[in-house]
Amino acid sequence: MSYLEYNRETVPTGLSKVLYVNWALVVLLLAVCSVGFLMLFSVAGGSLSPWAEPQMKRFALGLVMMFIVAMVPIYFWRNMALLAYLGSLLLLVFVELFGDVGMGAQRWIDLGFMRLQPSEVAKITLVMLLAAYYDWLDVGKTSRPLWVILPVIIILVPTALVLKQPDLGTALLLVVGGAMVMFCAGVHWLYFGAVIASGAGLVTAVVASRGTTWQLLKDYQYRRIDTFLDPESDPLGAGYHITQSKIALGSGGWTGRGLMEGTQSRLNFLPEKHTDFIFTTLAEEFGFVGGVSLLVLYVLILAFCIVSALKNRDRFSSLLILGIAGTFFLFFAVNMSMVMGLAPVVGVPLPLVSYGGSAMIVLLGAFGLVQSAHIHRPRGRR
Amino acid sequence: MRRAPKDTEESVRKITRRGLVMGGLMGGFAALLAGRMRYMQVDQADEFRLLAEENRIKFSLIPPERGLIFDRNGRPIAVNEQIYRVVIVPEDAGDLENTLARLRKIIPLTDEEAEKALEEMRRASPFLEYTIADRLSWEQLSEVAVNTPALPGISPEVGLSRHYPMLEDFAHVIGYVGRVSDYDLSKIEDPDPLLRLPQFQIGKVGVESKWEEPLRGKAGNRRIEVNASGRVMRELDRQQGISGTDLQLTVDSQLQNYVQARLGTESAAAMVMDVTNGDLLAIGSAPSFDPNLFVRGISVADYRDLTENDHRPLANKAAQGLYPPGSTFKMVTALAAMEAGVVTAGETFYCPGHKEVSGRRFHCWKRSGHGWVDLDGSLQQSCDVYYYELALKAGIENISAMAKKLGIGVRHDIPMSAVAEGIAPTKAWKAERYEQEWVVGDSLNASIGQGFVLASPLQLVVMAARLASGTQIEPRLVKSVDGRETPVKGLEPLDISPTALQQVRKGMYNVVNSSRGTARSSRIVAEGMTMAGKTGTSQVRSVVVRNQDVPWEQRDHALFVAFAPYDNPKYAVSVVVEHGGGGSAVAAPIARDVMLQALYGGLPPMEAYPSSSRWEVEQIRKDLKLREDLRQDASDRA
Repeated sequence: MSYLEYNRETVPTGLSKVLYVNWALVVLLLAVCSVGFLMLFSVAGGSLSPWAEPQMKRFALGLVMMFIVAMVPIYFWRNMALLAYLGSLLLLVFVELFGDVGMGAQRWIDLGFMRLQPSEVAKITLVMLLAAYYDWLDVGKTSRPLWVILPVIIILVPTALVLKQPDLGTALLLVVGGAMVMFCAGVHWLYFGAVIASGAGLVTAVVASRGTTWQLLKDYQYRRIDTFLDPESDPLGAGYHITQSKIALGSGGWTGRGLMEGTQSRLNFLPEKHTDFIFTTLAEEFGFVGGVSLLVLYVLILAFCIVSALKNRDRFSSLLILGIAGTFFLFFAVNMSMVMGLAPVVGVPLPLVSYGGSAMIVLLGAFGLVQSAHIHRPRGRR
Repeated sequence: MRRAPKDTEESVRKITRRGLVMGGLMGGFAALLAGRMRYMQVDQADEFRLLAEENRIKFSLIPPERGLIFDRNGRPIAVNEQIYRVVIVPEDAGDLENTLARLRKIIPLTDEEAEKALEEMRRASPFLEYTIADRLSWEQLSEVAVNTPALPGISPEVGLSRHYPMLEDFAHVIGYVGRVSDYDLSKIEDPDPLLRLPQFQIGKVGVESKWEEPLRGKAGNRRIEVNASGRVMRELDRQQGISGTDLQLTVDSQLQNYVQARLGTESAAAMVMDVTNGDLLAIGSAPSFDPNLFVRGISVADYRDLTENDHRPLANKAAQGLYPPGSTFKMVTALAAMEAGVVTAGETFYCPGHKEVSGRRFHCWKRSGHGWVDLDGSLQQSCDVYYYELALKAGIENISAMAKKLGIGVRHDIPMSAVAEGIAPTKAWKAERYEQEWVVGDSLNASIGQGFVLASPLQLVVMAARLASGTQIEPRLVKSVDGRETPVKGLEPLDISPTALQQVRKGMYNVVNSSRGTARSSRIVAEGMTMAGKTGTSQVRSVVVRNQDVPWEQRDHALFVAFAPYDNPKYAVSVVVEHGGGGSAVAAPIARDVMLQALYGGLPPMEAYPSSSRWEVEQIRKDLKLREDLRQDASDRA
């Protein structure tokens, strides 16, 4: 086993850790979450219930968790990576067997105080394990076929379980998120070329399988693809979402209609206005200025993570931060593309803004890992 | 195992490179998203904004209140009453059948009604309101209101509906309103959008139909904001409509009620007209029907009863019914001949009981003949041969022209669905209609109001009024519109010599009042109210048989036209009793009773009747009282 260069003398201990927290990142997260509270307040017609208040409570919980995770030395998390990964696989199997059924898919485990979505947890544990794997692996072996197959298996096992739920969006996020870690670890370009090519092949297969006995996707998933390609084909059914979303977003104009003046979302023309389509409400009420502001906040979060990762000389830490940043990027990029009609409607929430327990707490936990890596980064003797 | 420093350096370099590439890609994608947002929110904003407004704002019409209709004394004939109803928006109802089943526990609906409702809802747009039941009691409405959570898409409403408080008295005059049919819409060039509202009712017949547009008023509208499921969220603004015009008719509802009652179960028509201004005071057509049945949607059984009745309750006999006027036409022939200068009032002709013309024998109603008769005698005893002689001298063109001058064969302009033109035949008319030559026998038939001549009770009353007043008086049915009096038409004198008119009037006086007059038993003995008139019995078939021996529908029509008081005429009356038998026996007593009612403005004293007919009048009054009590009971129960 190779261990990171963890030098107790150069790494802050005890309360002094607080000084090393990346406070700018904390402020940015707080800002994004506040945008979320405001929007949830707005879509409820100017009311803390039913969405804004629970979301704030969960945020408080997530924030505490973030700091606890951040205080724990990063090597502990690296040692926990395999265990966490296996644990999340177990949860995915568990949800397959006993999970709650919602909206045609088995996704949640009811914990009483919140509904846990194991696939959200899996996104992070997958990144953790991959980072630990590449930390363990000799740099020279990174692109050797045998050592490339192993991480691919690590990615595909949870992906298969998530696809089974079925949750195409999360499965795609797992694959792309894992691939991002592999990419950052230095796996040769050609592999990615090959994967993209075979991905294209898979898409062809998926399309070809439609209507046959070995059909790869559910009928509703095919309909979503149809709708994405031609929203007008089903204006009152599945295409309704995209059409209405585009109308609401587009009608926002430069500065929007103002808080709680978004007619389309308030009058329920917009489906799932408090979850997957919350960005549309933001764009309708605060216009281009509001939408771009949130995008800038997201990009700043990414930038701080990447700078932190690049400054970090520990391989596990760097890869973990980049993996988490990449996953975070996928969240908002897919969600925004979806509501703007650039991508098919796959249930991906807007990170830290959409109403939802699991995603927010898991993401804040993940940023706790980022902070831990930031605090416990190897430093030269001072 | 510690990693070699070189390995670490290599790893850091690699991660830095790849990390920067990934960051660049992510940044690029973020820029793409920002660009897309700019394109949608700035470049295409107007387009999307328009779509958003279309989504959100709906216009809806507010139906105006329909104009009211009053009689000449301000008594309401057509009003709007508040009704409670239950409407459903099928789109919001979810499982229609299930919801309907639950509603039926509160509101009794027959299986047939429920089936019909389901079928109509499936045909209509799912977001349009459909009225499931109306005219509910307050209790039923409240129960529906309390149970709305269990009845998705259903809501209780208060609306206005037409009501005719006079029941069957005015059915033929004002008609009724009913739902707009596809046929109604197809007849109108550019229909008012109101007409497309479900439940909206328009005038179907009578005044309601002829004055439809003024009565309807102008629709208001409101802009409402709706949510995605079409539910109304709030009203953005509202423009009140303009209520329909109120109408006041010339009809006296009390007199009308008497006329309808007096006609009773006969198939008959009777009209009363003010000879000084043309006001139609009563327009009776019997039997009648309750127009409220049509407003509510008449049942198949009720409708069949009305259509299959051989007395044709749905026909407006007063304005639309055409009858051979019989002897009531003799004034026309007499005036035509005198005005043509071919005869004078004193000139006599011999009546042997028939007249031979070109090998055909034309009978007088009295087979034994009247002997030598002049104008006065011929009217008094209704001698037919006298008029055959006049027709031979005057010719049909003169008779036809005189008929038109007196209002027969002319369409009078009153707002009823179908106003018959009647026929005052001429040679040209016959040539066009039958492509046949006019023969002299046609003239003879026409001279006594038979053959081709046809007149409506309305035309007969106009004739009587013109004879009485000597003016070209026109009938008037609408007295005022929104309080503004409508003009009286035809006060100019008739183009007939006053002497001739006076001689005809004298003859009519003797018909009723002289000892040999055909209507002597129906005379009025009250001072200053003497009636003048003319009986008529028009043949329905050509073979002469006794009336009692033939089926009802082959019996003669009984007619009577009159005016009174003789010295200073105020009212004209016409009565036609289909298949009633003789004009003197059946039509004249009705005309006298109606005339007295008009003259006295209510029930006349017994002294107005000759003592010989008082017992009979007493019986009639008892019958009417009984009938009125029955009707009162029925309307109390309703």
